[in-house]
Amino acid sequence: MGNDTNTQATNNPPTRLTGAEIVWATLVGEGVTDVFGYPGGAILPVYDALRKFPIHHTLVRHEQGAAHMADGYARASGKVGVCIATSGPGATNLVTGIATAMLDSIPIVCITGNVSSKILGTDAFQEVDITGITLPVTKHNFLVNRTEDIAAAIRYAFQIAKSSRPGPVLVDITKDAQQGTAIFDFAAAKPRAVRPHPMRKIEESGLAQAAELIRNAQRPVILAGHGVIESSAMEQIRTLAERTQTPVALTLLGLGAFPASHPLNLGMMGMHGESWVNHAIQEADLLIACGMRFDDRVTGSISTYATKAKKIHIEVDPAEVNKNIKVDVPLIGDMSEVLESLLPRVSGRDGSAWIKTIDGLKGDSAVRDIKNLPDSGHLYAAHVIHDLWRITEGNAVVVTDVGQHQMWEAQYYHHEHPRSLITSGGLGTMGFALPAAIGAKFACPEKEVWVIVGDGGFQMTACELSTIVQEKIKINIAVINNGFLGMVRQWQEFFYDKNYECTPLISPDFVKLADAHGISGRAVRTRAELASAVEEARSAPGAFLLNFMVEKEESVYPMIPAGSALHEMIRRPGKNPLVESSDD
Amino acid sequence: MLHTFVAYVEDLPGVLTRVASLFRRLNINITSLTVGRSERVGLSRMTVVAEASAEAGHRIRASLFKLENVVDVDDIGSSPAVTRELALIKVAATPKNRSQIFELVEVFRARIVDLAPESLMIEMTGVESKIEGLIQVLNEGEDRVLEICRSGKMTMRRGQHTSRVLKAMGAGSHNSVDVDEVNTVSALE
Repeated sequence: MGNDTNTQATNNPPTRLTGAEIVWATLVGEGVTDVFGYPGGAILPVYDALRKFPIHHTLVRHEQGAAHMADGYARASGKVGVCIATSGPGATNLVTGIATAMLDSIPIVCITGNVSSKILGTDAFQEVDITGITLPVTKHNFLVNRTEDIAAAIRYAFQIAKSSRPGPVLVDITKDAQQGTAIFDFAAAKPRAVRPHPMRKIEESGLAQAAELIRNAQRPVILAGHGVIESSAMEQIRTLAERTQTPVALTLLGLGAFPASHPLNLGMMGMHGESWVNHAIQEADLLIACGMRFDDRVTGSISTYATKAKKIHIEVDPAEVNKNIKVDVPLIGDMSEVLESLLPRVSGRDGSAWIKTIDGLKGDSAVRDIKNLPDSGHLYAAHVIHDLWRITEGNAVVVTDVGQHQMWEAQYYHHEHPRSLITSGGLGTMGFALPAAIGAKFACPEKEVWVIVGDGGFQMTACELSTIVQEKIKINIAVINNGFLGMVRQWQEFFYDKNYECTPLISPDFVKLADAHGISGRAVRTRAELASAVEEARSAPGAFLLNFMVEKEESVYPMIPAGSALHEMIRRPGKNPLVESSDD
Repeated sequence: MLHTFVAYVEDLPGVLTRVASLFRRLNINITSLTVGRSERVGLSRMTVVAEASAEAGHRIRASLFKLENVVDVDDIGSSPAVTRELALIKVAATPKNRSQIFELVEVFRARIVDLAPESLMIEMTGVESKIEGLIQVLNEGEDRVLEICRSGKMTMRRGQHTSRVLKAMGAGSHNSVDVDEVNTVSALE
């Protein structure tokens, strides 16, 4: 993974530049073509120098959007995303976006201006200790107050952001450092080689043990997560699954790591995973966890999680091993490398009996499969998303927000390819979708990009509609509008006696709102209108908003209540009682 | 259990915060922390003592290594190591009752480093229990303890080298004689 350094920039002889020019020259050298930002006093020298460099700057409407755009750009492309903000409020507005990238291990570099070094720490106008504030939500950060240190800091930031387990890095540059001059030598600013984590090593004994466990397993399941995509280990995972006939369950951020249409693909695991996926995990005698971190949304109660299974954990970050779930064989290293070492030791096996058992677990799953219900005149979010999948033939890059629609997307839009679903998994940041989609569109302008967002989250960052218009980009927006903060309402329904406190939500007419921005749109109220509306959006030359007025009090099923065992799920009411048994 | 980590960190502004912040995030209280220059130019050496579960040790060490400014981390655990603390203790004492304190200082192998008309200062190096022993005895007497300044623990593995960095550079064996136990026989240690 990584940006290719721009050889033209790197071959230039050392020249004297201002700090502001060095910022851009270094970014060009790192292969950056797009940045997302918002100017202000302490970063003005940098903006003043922008026109001299071949970098496209997108003006956002709120700095949170800039961080999410850099994040969406990184998720869609695998490159490092870059955002820029001024000091003080500009910098603090980035924080939610930085934390979002941190929790999902997304490589972004954030550049902020700060007040001049002479007045640092004096509570000067728009001064804030942003390196202090972002310390726990960045992989690393820098405070640069000398012009001659700028290039090295930015290059080091890129290296940290994309190496081993990726993550966000912030470079805070004082105004006087931007204004001063120094000799710019891109090559000389190269950071020292990445220091390998001494606990990251693939041990022969571990590989042998893992191969032995795989050979002897009767009921193995591969758990594939985001690490598979970050390490581009899709082929190796597929080889492992096919050779050993092991079914694959995916985390939310792992969707796309293994083709949805593959016969060995079970689907998403965890809180809103299909019942058979979670039952398969609970019944398994071997879990091969690949690039996933046993998050609480995936495990349910830890004490009852997959108690029958031996566990192999292939993971790049040594601090993740044995953090939540004790594992039997940790293989700590880059996913591709570990699998390359493991695969030669693994031979074919017959998995048909176990696969048949899982097929049996699927049973009469149509009860929750509301996409198969006849058209009752009601519009269900699941219908919207499933039809969207059908019409786009699964080829769109879908960017979701957080909440019910996010889970319905994961259930009803089937992802064949990596980087085709962009979503905030770890932090669960509402307002993520619209700006992240803008970043994704810049990363892959040739792709069809859909935003799927709830009426709550949309209003958190709807200001970025103007950014879409100013940048003249084509993004389709599907607002799943149920008049509630839906997921919170669902929790109130299940766990708080339907006390719908502060979850009903008044929204503006989103079609009119879009229109005010110069974006076309249309409301959709029945399933009969759905297909033509989606086609209208796709064929419109510019951005298009569809306001889907869906059923107000639908819930996402199945659901494992937080802290419950993985097999104790709440099923769609009607045919099944609340808690099903494993033979259900 | 009590964990003792020895870390080599870059001698730069903010590095202490990064290390401390890692423990803060995990809601672990740092019992003692000492920092100073090491044998390597540009690197400081920290001894961090913290109370945490046995399993936490692995994660803390793995997380410390992830900090860009941390070069090496050693989890001493129960390995053979020398741990010492330095204490400066100021006691109210007049010429009349000084001699009693002098005797105590002698027994504890401590030193008087400052003598004023109405007070004196004791410097003492040793294991935690020994320092606490002296403080306790001082408190029992009629002399008043005015100030105590303790350095926190400093730990070094026994044997030729502690640092993994140095080991990688070709470090030697771990066989050593416990000189401390051979030579310093103190009833109070």
